[in-house]
Amino acid sequence: MIAIIDYGVGNLFSLCSSLKAIGADAVVTSDPEIIRNADKIILPGVGAFGDAIKKLNDTGLDKIVIEEAKSGKKLMGICLGMQLLFEKSYEYGEHTGLSLLKGSVVPMDGRLPKELKIPHIGWNALHFAKNHPLFKYIKEGDCVYFVHSYYAENCEDSLLATAEYGYELTASVVKDNVAGMQFHPEKSGTVGLKILQAFCEWEDEE
Amino acid sequence: MITKRIIPCLDVKDGRVVKGVNFLGLADVSSPVRLAEYYSECGADELVFYDITASYEGRALFTDILREVASKIFIPLTVGGGINTIDDFDRVLKCGADKVSVNSGAIRNPELIREAAQKYGNQCVVISADIKRVDGVFRVFAKGGRENTGMEAISWIKKCVELGAGEVVVNSIDTDGVKGGFDIEMLRAVCEAVNVPVIASGGAGSVQHFIDLFKEIPDIDAGLAASVFHFGEIEIKDLKKELKANDITVRL
Repeated sequence: MIAIIDYGVGNLFSLCSSLKAIGADAVVTSDPEIIRNADKIILPGVGAFGDAIKKLNDTGLDKIVIEEAKSGKKLMGICLGMQLLFEKSYEYGEHTGLSLLKGSVVPMDGRLPKELKIPHIGWNALHFAKNHPLFKYIKEGDCVYFVHSYYAENCEDSLLATAEYGYELTASVVKDNVAGMQFHPEKSGTVGLKILQAFCEWEDEE
Repeated sequence: MITKRIIPCLDVKDGRVVKGVNFLGLADVSSPVRLAEYYSECGADELVFYDITASYEGRALFTDILREVASKIFIPLTVGGGINTIDDFDRVLKCGADKVSVNSGAIRNPELIREAAQKYGNQCVVISADIKRVDGVFRVFAKGGRENTGMEAISWIKKCVELGAGEVVVNSIDTDGVKGGFDIEMLRAVCEAVNVPVIASGGAGSVQHFIDLFKEIPDIDAGLAASVFHFGEIEIKDLKKELKANDITVRL
């Protein structure tokens, strides 16, 4: 069973529907017991980093997620949920993240070439930085759907894929049992469903 | 590189797609769910559902359908029509919409944009504007293009973006329904004025019109159309192949 962490941010309708569509057993929950008993965890999220991390902290779910990740349970953050996995974010101030991955989250504004629009909205191609079971059903150059104004940097040790937008933006990360997708697999058509399928099947590497 | 988006627009009334749909091989051609599935398989990058129902019952039916579409189709969904309050945003977002398009509701109350952007994020708020030339000036029209608001269109769109709109749909009344091509002059003026994605609407009649759109305005993000897709005059698969052959980046 996959526990989708519900901490009061964002709309989980599409994520739940997409997991249901591939036959996954997923439950939206904020119950620590259910999260502890789950096989895998998805940390979703849209909105602002500061609000989200505060909600995670206030509910105590930050500790549960960190504990479970450190115990080796497979965890995937999606969009803001991925950004929360890093050490720091500089979205409206400076915030401390869950620090499960090395790196920080910074604004595109002022870093990307001026003519590029912010947010980065739309379908963009994935460029793999390495091979990984999470991408076993998709190929280099497949497009996925992005919506974001901030991105992760200094995360070379976990970098899994990038997308070209002015420069190579962090699109996906993975380190041991902790993964993150900056894009929305639940909105990325069949390519997205294949990534979710691979997440459901993701086992410890030999 | 980010790809150029192709977006079919479905007008829904009392639970059915209107504007006439004429697909071969599809039995129930006015079913929004069937059509959404069809378009998704053809490679549509996003779908716009426009609720043209006036009644309360019709509106409830619309959200039922939206929920069904969103539980089967996993590409971005934008919903418009009858969005006047934050409660309307809430109602459609809960049913699986990703973005909400406002038009007359924002003309009546521009603060709706700010309120919605603060609550749901800029990426969620789309300003849709029906624009027509009046004595050589771009004017914003309300009520489905029937009423001249007197507002100058470019400054209106800039204002909406400043209030928090994260995307702009420009529907040219001058080219809409004529199938003579998109309104390049109007779209260019909007693209030069704002730094958020701009979606072109009104005038698509052929594959060449989409090629012209993306070639002439490299900044435009997407092309939206309804009847040419519904009637099968343009197949999205073929359109995207042609765009690619013309060095326009698309998702295939």
